Amino acid sequence: MKTKFALLLGALLLATTAHARLNIVVTTPDLASIAKEVGGDKVEITTLARPTEDPHFVDAKPSFIVKLNRADALIEGGADLEIGWLPALLTGARNAKIQSGQPGRILGNAGVVMLEVPTTLTRAEGDIHPLGNPHYVIDPVNAKIVAAHLADAFAKLDSAGAEAYRANAKKFTDALDAKLAEWTAKLAPFKGAKVVSYHNSWPYFAARYGLTMNIFLEPKPGIPPSPAHLASVIARMKEENARVIIVDPYLNRKTAQTVARSTDATVVDVAQMPGGVKGADSYIALEDYLVNSLAAALEKK
Amino acid sequence: MNRNFWQGTIMVGVTVLIASAVSAQETNEVELLQRELRELRERMQSLEQKLNSAATNSTLLASPDSNGSAPTSASATPAKGWLPSDPLRIGRGGTYADIGFVGTFAAGGSTTKDIEGGTQLGGHDPNQNGFTVQGVEMNLQGAVDPYLRGNANLLFSVDSGGESFMELEEAWLETVSLPGNFQIRAGQILSEFGRANAQHPHTWGFVDSPLVNGRFLGADGLRNPGARLSWLAPTPFYSELMLGIQNSQGETAASFRSDGDAHAGEGEERLPFGYRHAENDRGVRHVTDLLFTPRYAMSFDVTDQQTLVLGASGAFGPNASGGSGDTVTQIYGLDLYWKWKPSNAHAGFPFVSFQTEVMVRRYQLGAFDWDENGNGGDNDGDGFVDAGIITDATGLAPAVLASETVTDYGGYAQLLYGFRQGWVAGLRFDYVTGERAAYERAGLLLVDGNGGGASLGRDPQRNERWRLTPNLTWYPTEFSKIRLQYNYDDRRDLGRDHSVWLQFEFLLGAHAAHKF
Ligand SMILES: [Zn+2]
Repeated sequence: MKTKFALLLGALLLATTAHARLNIVVTTPDLASIAKEVGGDKVEITTLARPTEDPHFVDAKPSFIVKLNRADALIEGGADLEIGWLPALLTGARNAKIQSGQPGRILGNAGVVMLEVPTTLTRAEGDIHPLGNPHYVIDPVNAKIVAAHLADAFAKLDSAGAEAYRANAKKFTDALDAKLAEWTAKLAPFKGAKVVSYHNSWPYFAARYGLTMNIFLEPKPGIPPSPAHLASVIARMKEENARVIIVDPYLNRKTAQTVARSTDATVVDVAQMPGGVKGADSYIALEDYLVNSLAAALEKK
Repeated sequence: MNRNFWQGTIMVGVTVLIASAVSAQETNEVELLQRELRELRERMQSLEQKLNSAATNSTLLASPDSNGSAPTSASATPAKGWLPSDPLRIGRGGTYADIGFVGTFAAGGSTTKDIEGGTQLGGHDPNQNGFTVQGVEMNLQGAVDPYLRGNANLLFSVDSGGESFMELEEAWLETVSLPGNFQIRAGQILSEFGRANAQHPHTWGFVDSPLVNGRFLGADGLRNPGARLSWLAPTPFYSELMLGIQNSQGETAASFRSDGDAHAGEGEERLPFGYRHAENDRGVRHVTDLLFTPRYAMSFDVTDQQTLVLGASGAFGPNASGGSGDTVTQIYGLDLYWKWKPSNAHAGFPFVSFQTEVMVRRYQLGAFDWDENGNGGDNDGDGFVDAGIITDATGLAPAVLASETVTDYGGYAQLLYGFRQGWVAGLRFDYVTGERAAYERAGLLLVDGNGGGASLGRDPQRNERWRLTPNLTWYPTEFSKIRLQYNYDDRRDLGRDHSVWLQFEFLLGAHAAHKF
């Protein structure tokens, strides 16, 4: 009995003094990269989806259940991006801390104004996202909103670290602000330029930098490109002088290349997830890469 | 051996429960103290924060937006008021329950006469030449309250006679966050035995269910009212221990106290095998009248792109043969699932998955004397043994069946290859057999009441059989599919059959997230 009490006391002391790092599971690498900036060395980040992976279709692997079971917090996109795989994992995880409504359940898009929220829902339009387009993190202004929200959310979970989280978020935001001026200037000459994308996952990026992205290789979201649709894409690209096609790492690059050959366009490898293209392992490095490679491709034409 | 088994099962269950209660209590105390400390600390800090927060937040959120055009305010998406012209949302996020509807149909045919229950053992397999309604399934799910989740699957179908029927496939509530990594599911549940049994028809990789599942676990799968306790073990890899406790009677407990299965021609309207005394038709009077299904599953990510799941299952309960409670069935199963998917897969493609299950069933047949009434089987007094009674090889005297235990084996292996977006090629091999039992060798006759009789011979439900099934599926989207399948089927004493089925399916409303 005595030893039991001593053990209890020990555990208590350990829990209150030795500030165990917050164990945070993040669904996607983009949110994870911001969580790392904000959490610094006070958090342990585990990312479920890999940076080259299609975030709509991640396998609900049992190993994820174990990760979620031990998490102090879960950060998810908040706009149904992970709807196909996360719910099954959450049920298996049986972790009270990350149930919806708990401080440990963090929605990445809190405070973000979502684009393309459909007014009518019909799957005749393909697999549209009912809560708006979930690919919002790639806009640096949204990244700032995410950072501020994560700082608040982490502070709620670990009030001792509150100041550090807010300071980290501020540092990240300042760095983004400085960069944003540079990025905006770099793409400014190409205002209105047409960029063709495979899946409609870049509206936030396009809006931020004044690019026009309304031609997609997919006829409708989630529907694979058909030859007839590709023919119409080629015609439109010629007509509207669209000369750049962007392709995410998980999409079919060959299809993009075929279209590029017929339209004399350039294929640019892009990713929304840090780590999704070589050498762009942080949020800022990725945005740098995207802006520079797009500017280079648009310049060429 | 019986008693030992039951004692063992109960002892293990009780030990697990006690151990968990003790450890839960200890952690509860620690947690309580921790929480109190945390709350105190939070209260102090919240005061502090209240002073600072306005300033801190505003500097962060209102940091100069060099582009100027985008919104930086922290307000969430403004909620749009509902207008009478707006659709009522059925699906996630906007309702208390997610409602989904899946219609699965098949068209095609087979060279055999006895499709329903003969070649096709599953209750939702194609059951006739021409068109089959395999099932129209309605799924409702959602949070019941902060502590429970609810799920219901109602299945509507039409049998080969054109009769519509409804099945309560599943309806259960499940705890969300019980302490100690426990979880309880209770209601009408599919037993967690292997991989295929707990899957709903529309998630199958093939048009029909595996033969071994149809024979050992039943046409509609093993499922009954009951509860399941599961425990996620604190291992570095995924490892889960489950124990199901369910009623053991009814047609959805085929190898247990099933009263025959209306779907299954292989033994339509009669017992799986063996014959029961009237008093076997009891409900649950004793704990040994229940069905116990323990399962252990573990999983490893072999590499970033490969995952392996291994499982061992058991199902133990009384069966319908013989007298009351003196015969039991034991089913043991092993399963393996392996999946490869590259890290740049698009929309889930390409992938390769391999799944296999093997099962053994030991079924105790109780003694049965067909001369129950002591009148030589002639109840109507016409001098002949009555129709429907089983006699010895002479055809003159009702048979006396000794008790015996019969053992059956079976298994399947299936490979699915998603070779391009939306396209999956599949191949499955099925095999079932059993050793020939004394009642099959005895030359028994089933008399027709006019002095004639038909030889019982081999029990069609225990006959050796194998099947080879290639198929090709096209998923235009996640919400529809078209599948073409061919079955080469070889049944001992009945010969070969060829079947071709075209399956088509649609999904409306919410789509339940995929399990791995
Ligand atoms: Zn999308």
